[in-house]
Amino acid sequence: MKRIAIFAALLASASPLAAEVHTIIPGEGAQERLQEALILAEPGDEIVLSAGRYELTDGLSLDVDNVTLRGEGMDGTVLDFTSQAGAGEGLLVTSDNVTLRDFAVENPKGDGIKSKGADNIVYHRLRVTWTRGPHPENGAYAIYPVESTGVLVDGVKVTGASDAGIYVGQSDRITVRNSIAEANVAGIEIENSRNALVEHNIATRNTGGILVFDLPNLPVMGGGNVIVRNNLVVANDTPNFAPPGNIVAGVRRGTGIMVMANEDVLIEGNVLSGNPTAPVMVIAYVQPYDDERYNPLARNIVIGENAFEGGGYDPQLEGGEMLKAAFGGELPPVMWDGLGSLYVVEGTPGWTLNLTEQGKGLGAASPAPLTVEPPVDEFDASEIGAPAELEDRLG
Amino acid sequence: MKVGGILLGLAAISLAAAAGQARIVAREVDDEVITGKNLPRTLEEFGFFIHADAQMPTTGVLPYRLNTPLYSDGAEKLRFVYVPEGQEVGFGKDGLLQFPVGSALIKTFAFGNGEERRLIETRVLLHREDGWLALPYLWNEEQTEARLAVAGARIDLTTPKGEAISYRVPNKNQCKECHGLDGAVTPIGPKARNLPAGWLDASFGLSHEEAGVMPLWEDRQSASAEDAARAYLDVNCAHCHRPGATASNSGLDLRWEQDDPHALGIMKRPVAAGRGAGSHLYDVVPGKPGESILLHRMLSNDPGVAMPELGKATVDEEGTEAVRRWIEGLPES
Repeated sequence: MKRIAIFAALLASASPLAAEVHTIIPGEGAQERLQEALILAEPGDEIVLSAGRYELTDGLSLDVDNVTLRGEGMDGTVLDFTSQAGAGEGLLVTSDNVTLRDFAVENPKGDGIKSKGADNIVYHRLRVTWTRGPHPENGAYAIYPVESTGVLVDGVKVTGASDAGIYVGQSDRITVRNSIAEANVAGIEIENSRNALVEHNIATRNTGGILVFDLPNLPVMGGGNVIVRNNLVVANDTPNFAPPGNIVAGVRRGTGIMVMANEDVLIEGNVLSGNPTAPVMVIAYVQPYDDERYNPLARNIVIGENAFEGGGYDPQLEGGEMLKAAFGGELPPVMWDGLGSLYVVEGTPGWTLNLTEQGKGLGAASPAPLTVEPPVDEFDASEIGAPAELEDRLG
Repeated sequence: MKVGGILLGLAAISLAAAAGQARIVAREVDDEVITGKNLPRTLEEFGFFIHADAQMPTTGVLPYRLNTPLYSDGAEKLRFVYVPEGQEVGFGKDGLLQFPVGSALIKTFAFGNGEERRLIETRVLLHREDGWLALPYLWNEEQTEARLAVAGARIDLTTPKGEAISYRVPNKNQCKECHGLDGAVTPIGPKARNLPAGWLDASFGLSHEEAGVMPLWEDRQSASAEDAARAYLDVNCAHCHRPGATASNSGLDLRWEQDDPHALGIMKRPVAAGRGAGSHLYDVVPGKPGESILLHRMLSNDPGVAMPELGKATVDEEGTEAVRRWIEGLPES
């Protein structure tokens, strides 16, 4: 037994593949020391960012599989990009099976942390903050996984993004949970993605709380199979500060949960309070488009039991005052454009624009109270969410 | 081979007496350093140059130029290719030269003229058994040695147009941000369409129907506005903005061979441009360069807005003018 143990130890120390821990401290040359560690890391290694503030002038990047980058707490280890002079994001990850945890990124010039084509990535207890608060010149996305299969975002906090705080794009098998998205244009956005679970988050003081979008003309199309449940979506009343030209610039202040295009989306168990345009909005893509792969309608969208406090009491919609008056002083909590297919549990009031074709604005609407069927079948949740094995990297 | 060995031996003998003379003897490229497993610490180890500081290549290391080059803040760029003796070169997809294992592409960035010229960095692409490897080498102040700088560097310098900039030497990962395609590192520049036909023939005995079809940048006024701009966009943007590369998720594809107007950005809405969009709605608005996000970002120096994201710190006045001319001439629908 003893002999085996010694042999194993020898083997471990002799093997070039033995996992190593590289510890980085803040201070002089941190940019080069940290970037060098990220480049020279071997699969299995862990890079530890000791507590403190790292003044960084350039974006960092990681392209080695199976590496953990760990700080000493989202308020202990801060990667400060206030004087960043180059690169499109603070940290870019392009390798698989990476775990990012327990550190903060502040004031990146572009996006915060981006992972592209990085499968099975875990974002855990991270913070990305633009410290001046909402501002159109803040970066677009705080947490930004794209074109990836297997994404787990757990316990992060994002503030000030001029597009979306947590943005998952063109990806598959996704979980975003236990996170706080505050004072972004969009709190959490799932775009052109499939099999996403968004649960136990707080989305507050954003322009719109949680968005599920499908857009045309992207390499990955056909978003759907999304569950948004048990989230606190409260007081999303920050005026839209997105630069014009971005799709979220069209999101109205006071939108709680919004589905645009997409198929098979379940919204249930959420608490929606203080979202004065529409606590829940389900609509087709509104712009003209030229892409035969694209279905612009919201299909099979299911609204289960949610707790609503108030509806559209201050809607940022053309003719909002008249609409409010017509509905007795406040718009009902669920807003639909009348296109595609929507199912709502009994007892949840709503209203419809009664549009008859995609691409028409409010001008073509003939608003009326919502009368749709309740959900018929159990929602198929079997493939939804990040692969279970990603859980092992938490704790 | 034998002669070379004798010469080297003689050189070694005379080394103590005349150290300066030793370097004149043509040395050979060290194939094992190119194909080995290590990350060589200095550029010297490869043996690409007789006089590295003068960028005088040794036998078998061939200088070349591209018709339309990548903009790098006005840096003078000295390009070389090395192919092991007796090995074949061919063409791959898009007319990209296919170099055998053991080949190397070498590119030195320099600022200043004549005696004032200062070498900043030399980037090498090595074709090893397991694929291409990109490494940056940083020249010292004395110009005697270029050392591996995997984490890159920032250097204060003045461009030919007199702009004081903080010049970024890319780190090893940033090399891949531009040179990455479908997850692997690949050369970008040496495609038939951007290489002079005469050089292809003289160097490798190759010919290609597309050889040199991209305009010579200095003669772009005599090319069509479309050709000049499309060549510029291909060379400066399409290594990321194409399927399988760093900016694939944008849906923008600026390759020379792309002819779908929407993929080229014409009346295409941005995806993840964020504040990079300025106040504009579309990447390219025909006839309206001032409303086109593409040009807006090329004219910016603000990180987070500026395009390309890597490899330059100043606006390319000539390149943006070529793109402006093209957009202005596109028919308004």
